[in-house]
Amino acid sequence: MSAQPSITAKPSAAQRAVRFVLPVIVFAAGLAAWELVVRVKEIPPYVLPAPSAIFLTLINDWAVLSQSLATTLLTTLEGFVAASIGGIALALLFNQSKWVEYSLFPYAVVLQVTPVIAIAPLLLIYLDQQTAVVVCAFIVAFFPVLSNTTLGLSSVDRNLAGLFQLYGASAPQTLRFLKLPSALPYILGGLRIAGGLSLIGAVVAEIAAGTAGAGSGLAYRIAESGYRLNIPRMFAALLLLSLAGIVIYGLLALISHLVLRRWHESALGKES
Amino acid sequence: MSDARASSGGETGLTALAVRLRGVTKTYDNGVMALGPLDLAVRKGEFVSLLGPSGCGKSTALRLIAGLAAPSSGTVRVSRHEGVAQPGHGIGFVFQEPTLMPWTSVRENVRLPLKLARVPKAEARARVDEALASVGLAEFAAAFPRELSGGMKMRVSLARALVTDPDILLMDEPFAALDEITRFRLNNDLLTLWRDLGKTIIFVTHSVFESVYLSQRVVVMTARPGRIQADVRIETVEPRGEEFRTSAAYADYCRKVSGALAPSYSGQSML
Repeated sequence: MSAQPSITAKPSAAQRAVRFVLPVIVFAAGLAAWELVVRVKEIPPYVLPAPSAIFLTLINDWAVLSQSLATTLLTTLEGFVAASIGGIALALLFNQSKWVEYSLFPYAVVLQVTPVIAIAPLLLIYLDQQTAVVVCAFIVAFFPVLSNTTLGLSSVDRNLAGLFQLYGASAPQTLRFLKLPSALPYILGGLRIAGGLSLIGAVVAEIAAGTAGAGSGLAYRIAESGYRLNIPRMFAALLLLSLAGIVIYGLLALISHLVLRRWHESALGKES
Repeated sequence: MSDARASSGGETGLTALAVRLRGVTKTYDNGVMALGPLDLAVRKGEFVSLLGPSGCGKSTALRLIAGLAAPSSGTVRVSRHEGVAQPGHGIGFVFQEPTLMPWTSVRENVRLPLKLARVPKAEARARVDEALASVGLAEFAAAFPRELSGGMKMRVSLARALVTDPDILLMDEPFAALDEITRFRLNNDLLTLWRDLGKTIIFVTHSVFESVYLSQRVVVMTARPGRIQADVRIETVEPRGEEFRTSAAYADYCRKVSGALAPSYSGQSML
């Protein structure tokens, strides 16, 4: 940040190391300060647990927490897959027929702008809890896939489209060899957003279901631990959620990079 | 004058004609009349340039010939390959931009027209290799468009247009975006290809020098709506080469074509 030339120049190995090491140092310093304050002021763990206590809880409660992590991840995955398939399929449908797009697009927007936390209690009435949680994850993650794919499918190069027309390409050929590859960077961008959002959707629904539900996800663990004043476990569960979010984002970014690295500007090194 | 001769052939002359436009006009949806009425006959194997100011409808004329757009009135007739049922196969089109698919290799880009026509892979591969060799890019088959220079991308585009072995090659200001040295080289390569392959080429350009250098006939168009202002036959010793570019005859033709083009530009400035 301080070194202005590094914006255009290719960062050297030392610069890259610094960019990796600095946040780590900040993180370690923050943890140390936190630990120190808790110990010196003798703050009880039900007010603010020390990092060491949180870490211990993570290890001791691993059996419960890992179970919850698996539940939440499964929900997230189901929501993500449903949103990806649904979003892409609906975008393809919109692309085939303007009538369908005009008829349905406003409702997709309504679904997007209505806060999911307000929809979740209703879903919990009409659906069994597991389904409701997945549906919440789907609702939140669905729109970015739909809107990005729609944008991508309509961003086809005009001349390439003309070329396909000239060579008498059928509609399925145009879709497979032209529209989908053109839209791929947009679709992947949508999926990257959807991955994080489906985790949020799953968590929101679990929180809405609360301890009354029969669920056992991480958000449910947080709510339950809150009622029991088991603050270290709340932090431990939060930590796992955060890590899960980072891993999901990282995985999707990696997939996107691997798919696009040979041709798309977004994935090419600055030097080329 | 050559136009008159071609027209006198009438319907029976269609066998010798590659492209025939008769009273063709094109009016856009917003009411702007882009073209016409235009009468143009291009004989088989002829190299014709359409020359005119920007926006005179010369690209539109090319799109009409290619069947990418329909005329508002008049008729467009294009002679087809015999025995090839798929539309468009008799025509190769080179756009102003290379118009390559960035997500796949040079080989796959050139194979596209064959893939769309469901030509078997083995046969397609041989034809792709041949087309790439004809533009001097045989060793770049595995490269991605991104890795090529502007001139090389244009060669790929040309190879793709040639891979179906079309009778007619339509080129829409293909070398306009290239530097002069690359353009001269591609001009020469195009002339060589034209002589070797015997295609009909309709070449749209706004460069007087390029049109005179390349073509047997320069059709000068007026400003919008585009009509034919002059039809200049370029006659010189074939095959043409750099010595033609520096000859007095070349300069004379350029002066003549520029003179024919001048009213189009003065007309445009009045609008």
